[in-house]
Amino acid sequence: MNTANLSAAVPPATPGTPGEWIRIHPLAVRITHWINALAILVMVASGWRIYDAAPIWNFTIPNGLTLGGWLGGALQWHFAAMWVLAANGLAYLAYGLFSGHLWRKLLPITPRAVIHDVLEALRGRLAHDDLSVYNAAQRAAYLAIILDVVLLVFSGLGIWKPVQLQGLTALFGGYEGARIVHFAAMALLVLIVLVHIAMVVLVPRTLPSMITGRARRIS
Amino acid sequence: MLTGCDVTNNETVDKVLWSMSRWNDRAQATLFSPDKLAVEYPESAIANPFPFNAYYTEDEIRTVDGTSYKLELGGLIRDARSWTLPELYALPQVSQVTRHICVEGWSAIGKWSGTPFRAFLERIGADTTAKYVGFKCADDYFTSIDMATALHPQTLLAFRFADRILPPKYGFPMKLRVPTKLGFKNPKHIAAITVTNTYPGGYWEDQGYNWFSGS
Repeated sequence: MNTANLSAAVPPATPGTPGEWIRIHPLAVRITHWINALAILVMVASGWRIYDAAPIWNFTIPNGLTLGGWLGGALQWHFAAMWVLAANGLAYLAYGLFSGHLWRKLLPITPRAVIHDVLEALRGRLAHDDLSVYNAAQRAAYLAIILDVVLLVFSGLGIWKPVQLQGLTALFGGYEGARIVHFAAMALLVLIVLVHIAMVVLVPRTLPSMITGRARRIS
Repeated sequence: MLTGCDVTNNETVDKVLWSMSRWNDRAQATLFSPDKLAVEYPESAIANPFPFNAYYTEDEIRTVDGTSYKLELGGLIRDARSWTLPELYALPQVSQVTRHICVEGWSAIGKWSGTPFRAFLERIGADTTAKYVGFKCADDYFTSIDMATALHPQTLLAFRFADRILPPKYGFPMKLRVPTKLGFKNPKHIAAITVTNTYPGGYWEDQGYNWFSGS
């Protein structure tokens, strides 16, 4: 692998010696990443149980994939984990905005670069030599996760508080509209997370570095 | 299915979830605005048929005898005499077309008519500084709400649905219509009302549904 395989749209990796250990994920990002992963898992699994109590469409989620045992249990999980998701998300966004981490890692991003890198990835030609620099496909995926979770939080608030926050609920087309948006945003999130996990399986050394924060430079 | 108070089979997790639910009660009480009104809809939006829902199935609906019916009052109430149906029907009546939202997720718009609960509480000399209003029902259901919600202008002691005397399936002779709370906080077949500072809980609330359950 060499840097020629890196996307042309992404700036070249910071210079260094191959094999040296570099710090790629700050502690704040690693902590919020794993708390978020757990919160999302709880929110999705309990949300599926809640969905099953009054399915919007002509299918239900198998009980084995859900959390809470019954509607009341699922609601308790959902309304407990939402505080974890929100507090952790705010902490991540505050860190990312004030440290500049968000801009540095996720921007710039152009549609052209995203299409280019997604096609490269599908051909198995997208290199991950320097894990400290995200390619355009990663940037798009991570930005999409952030925006989608924000949408989930707001559509969820619209469902939870259709009277107190009726202006917000109206933005989603009312209570029933907010339910559909909440479900669609969940489906998109699950899809992105599945691709995310598949990419980790394909490039396994990204997993330890999300725990230790470090990775070896390859080139 | 898990029963009773066990939401999970791990005692510690269960305790954390229950305390989070109490925390959510306080958060929602803070978020609750006493004069924020639920959206009202045109009559054309009323769901027909309006869904039946209870902790039992439709073939177990209780019938209450309207002629011998008396609403019992108790707790922190100055004039706690019981009320007959004709006396209740003689109270000033208002109507609302609002969205009923079930804890299960579905919703349906209906029209309820009755007397504003706030005026009724004032008339019977209820201590409106008390924390809770509890309801015991002829179908053995019970629930309770916070005083702020009891005094909300859209909280009705409802006697009619869609301009007709409440049929048994919608709660004859009366239900509490609370458009700022989930459906299970809208008790049907009300037989007794208590004003109290002692947490009365509820049929579903004691099993794990969030007590405040405000919309």
